[in-house]
Amino acid sequence: MSDADGQPALRIRGLYKVFGDADREGLELSRSGQSKDEVQEATGAVVGLRDINIEIAQGELFVVMGLSGCGKSTLVRCINRLIEPSAGEVWIDDREITEMSDDELRETRRRELAMVFQHFGLMPHRTVMDNVALPLEIGGVARRERRERAANALELVGLREWIASMPNQLSGGMKQRVGLARGLAMETPILLMDEPFSALDPVIRRDLQDELLALQSSVQKTIVFITHDLNEAVRVGDRIAIMRDGEIVQLGAPNDVVLNPADAFVREFTQDVRLHGMVTAASIMDTSPEAMTGPTDERYVVREDAVLDELVPAGLSATQPLQVVDGAGELVGVIPLQRLARAMVSDEAAAAIAAE
Amino acid sequence: MSGLPVPQHILSPRSVMAEIMNRSGPVQRDSAWAVPLVVVATGLFYVVAYLFVADEFPFDVGRDIGYRLDVWLDWLKDNLGPLFQAIKDVIVWFLISLEDMMLWFTWPASIAAIALVSWLLVSTRMALFSASSLLLLATFGLWESTVETMALIIVTVTLSIMIAVPLGVWASQSDRLDAVLRPMLDAMQTMPSFVYLVPAIAFFSLGNTPAVLATLIYAVPPAVRLTNLGIRQLPAETLEAADSFGMTRRQMLLKVKIPLAIPTIMAGVNQTTLMALSMVVIASLVGAGGLGLDVNRALGRIEPGNGFLAGLGIVFVAIIIDRITQALTKKQQDALGSE
Ligand SMILES: Nc1ncnc2c1ncn2[C@@H]1O[C@H](COP(=O)(O)OP(=O)(O)OP(=O)(O)O)[C@@H](O)[C@H]1O
Ligand SMILES: [Mg+2]
Repeated sequence: MSDADGQPALRIRGLYKVFGDADREGLELSRSGQSKDEVQEATGAVVGLRDINIEIAQGELFVVMGLSGCGKSTLVRCINRLIEPSAGEVWIDDREITEMSDDELRETRRRELAMVFQHFGLMPHRTVMDNVALPLEIGGVARRERRERAANALELVGLREWIASMPNQLSGGMKQRVGLARGLAMETPILLMDEPFSALDPVIRRDLQDELLALQSSVQKTIVFITHDLNEAVRVGDRIAIMRDGEIVQLGAPNDVVLNPADAFVREFTQDVRLHGMVTAASIMDTSPEAMTGPTDERYVVREDAVLDELVPAGLSATQPLQVVDGAGELVGVIPLQRLARAMVSDEAAAAIAAE
Repeated sequence: MSGLPVPQHILSPRSVMAEIMNRSGPVQRDSAWAVPLVVVATGLFYVVAYLFVADEFPFDVGRDIGYRLDVWLDWLKDNLGPLFQAIKDVIVWFLISLEDMMLWFTWPASIAAIALVSWLLVSTRMALFSASSLLLLATFGLWESTVETMALIIVTVTLSIMIAVPLGVWASQSDRLDAVLRPMLDAMQTMPSFVYLVPAIAFFSLGNTPAVLATLIYAVPPAVRLTNLGIRQLPAETLEAADSFGMTRRQMLLKVKIPLAIPTIMAGVNQTTLMALSMVVIASLVGAGGLGLDVNRALGRIEPGNGFLAGLGIVFVAIIIDRITQALTKKQQDALGSE
C-alpha cells in the first residue's frame, strides 16, 4: 500500500479532542495518562480522542472500527475540522490542516476532502439531483458539468430514476445512497466515510462495496472508512484501526487484527467474523526445519495465500503433511494434517494455531 | 441503529405558540440586561439630580421631565419634516393604489378572486366560507370598509416582512444583536399602543400613516422572533454537511439556512397578520378608515348593531387571511418534509 514517494496522504499526530467546559483540564489529565472515565469523573469533560497517531498512504482504504461512542465520528470530523481538535496535528500531503486559515480550509474542503455522513445530512429543500450537485456548485463547477457528474454518481448508486425526487420521498437506505453519490461526485482525492453503508440491505451493500473497491483501485482514492461491521471492514479494508474510549487499541492488516487480536476487547470484537475466509495456509503452516524436511505429500502443494476453505479438499485426500509454497514456487512450510483438522474444527482453534 | 433523528427544523404549531406565549411577560431571562440598565439609569439620574437640581431627599421633579421629552420630539418634527413627509407619501400611495384597484375590480369579481385563492390554497370549504362571508359584508354595505381594512393589512404586513425578515436573519447571525433586540421587541409588544400613537400623530398628523406605523410597532416583533428562531434551530446535521462542502457564511445563509427556515418565517408572517388585524380599531383612533372606523363610530353613536356587524367583518377578514397564510406555511413544510 505504500506510495512510490512514501509521502502519506493523511498524517495525524498526537491528536486529542476533549469536549466540555473543562476541556483544558480534561486535556491535561488525559495527556497525563488518565482514562476517559477518570477524566470525566474528575472534570466532567468528555474525552473524544486520546493521542491518535496514524499515517494513511495514498490510495489506501483505511477502516476505523469500534463500539458506539468510542470516537469514530469525532476522529473523521477532526480530519476536515468540522470538529476543532483540542491538540495535535492533521496533515494532508505536506500541508497542515490544523494550521489553515478559514479560506484555506474552505478551499481544501471543496477540492480535497469529501465527506459522507452517518446521518446523511441531505438538504430537504433540494431535489436529489440538486443535493448531489450542491458541493460542486460551491466548488464553482459549471452547471452542465456538475449535472453530468451528479447524474453519473447517482447512476453508480442506482438512483438514476430518482433524480427529480425530494429527499423526503426516499427511504433511509436511498437517502444514504444520495449522500454517498454526493461524496463521490466531488471527485476529491480523499474521501471520509462515516458509516456510509449502515442503512443498506446486504445486496446493495455488497454491490457498493465492490464499486468502492473498483473506484479506489482505478483512481487511487484515499479513503477513511468507518463501520461497525467487521466483515465489511475485512472485506474492504487495507488496514483496520480498532478504537476504544477514544484510543486506538490495535492497528493492522485485516487478517492480523482478526487472527492476532491485541487484547480481550479486540478478540471479543472480532469473534463474529468468518474466520474461514481469513485463515490462510501461511498462518497455520509449520515452518520448523524438522517439519519441513520431514515427509510430505507431493501431490498436494498449496500456495501460502490459499484460505482454509481451499485447503479442505486437499486435506481430505492427503495422507502426509501438505506442502506450502510461495509465489515463486519455493517451499516455505508444511501443514501437518492434524493441525489442519484442528484449524477446521473451530475459529478459535484456528486463531490459536495462527497465534502459536 | 437508534432510528432517524426527529425532524427539528420545522417548528410545530405548538412550539411556535410556546415561543409566543413565552414572550407575553415584559421582562424575562433573555431580556435580563435591560434590568440592570433600568436600575443603573435610575441611580445615575438620582445622583445627577441630587447634585445639580434638588436639595432635599427624596425629591420629586414631577412631570417636568415628560414635557422635556416633548420638546425633543418637537425638535425632531421640525428638523426631520421632509423625511416624515416622504414616508407618509409612500405609504399613502401604496394604500390608495391598492384600494383603488380592489374597488375598480368591483366586489363580485374581488370576492370571486378571493374564493378562488381560498380554493386553490386551502380547501373547497374555505372557498365557500370566503365567498359567503364576504358576500354578507358586501350586502351590509361594508364592502368599501372591508377593502380599506384589507389594504391597510396588506401594506402593513408587507412593510413588516421587509423590516422583520432581514432583522431576524441578522439577529440569527449575531448573538449581540439578538441580546439587544429581545428586550426591545418585548417592549414593543407590551408598551400600550396609545403611547406611540400620540407621537405618531405628531409626526404624521391624523390619517393612515400613523395607523400603519403604530400597527407596525405592534406587529413586527413576532416575525422577527420567528425568523431568528427558525434559522437558529436548524438541525446541526444539515448545517454540518453544508459546512463540509466548504461553504462561506453567506452561501450557508442563502443556500441552506433561509430556505430551510421558510416555514417558520411564514408562521411569523401569519402571527404578524393577526396582530395587525387586532390593531385596526385602535388604528382608526388616529385616522385609519375601514372596518375599525366603523366599529369606532358605532361606539361613539351607541349603535351596537352596526358595531357588531363591523366587528364580524374584522373576524371574517382575520379568518380568511389566517387560513390562507397557514395553508402557505403548511405547503412549505410539506415540501421540506422530514429529513
Ligand atoms: N459535541 C459533543 N459534546 C460533548 N461530547 C461529545 C460531542 N460529540 C461527541 N461527544 C462524545 O464523544 C464520544 C465519541 O462520540 P462519537 O460521535 O465520535 O462516537 P462514534 O464512535 O461515532 O459512535 P457511533 O458509532 O454511535 O456513531 C462520545 O462519548 C460522545 O459522548
Ligand atoms: Mg458516529
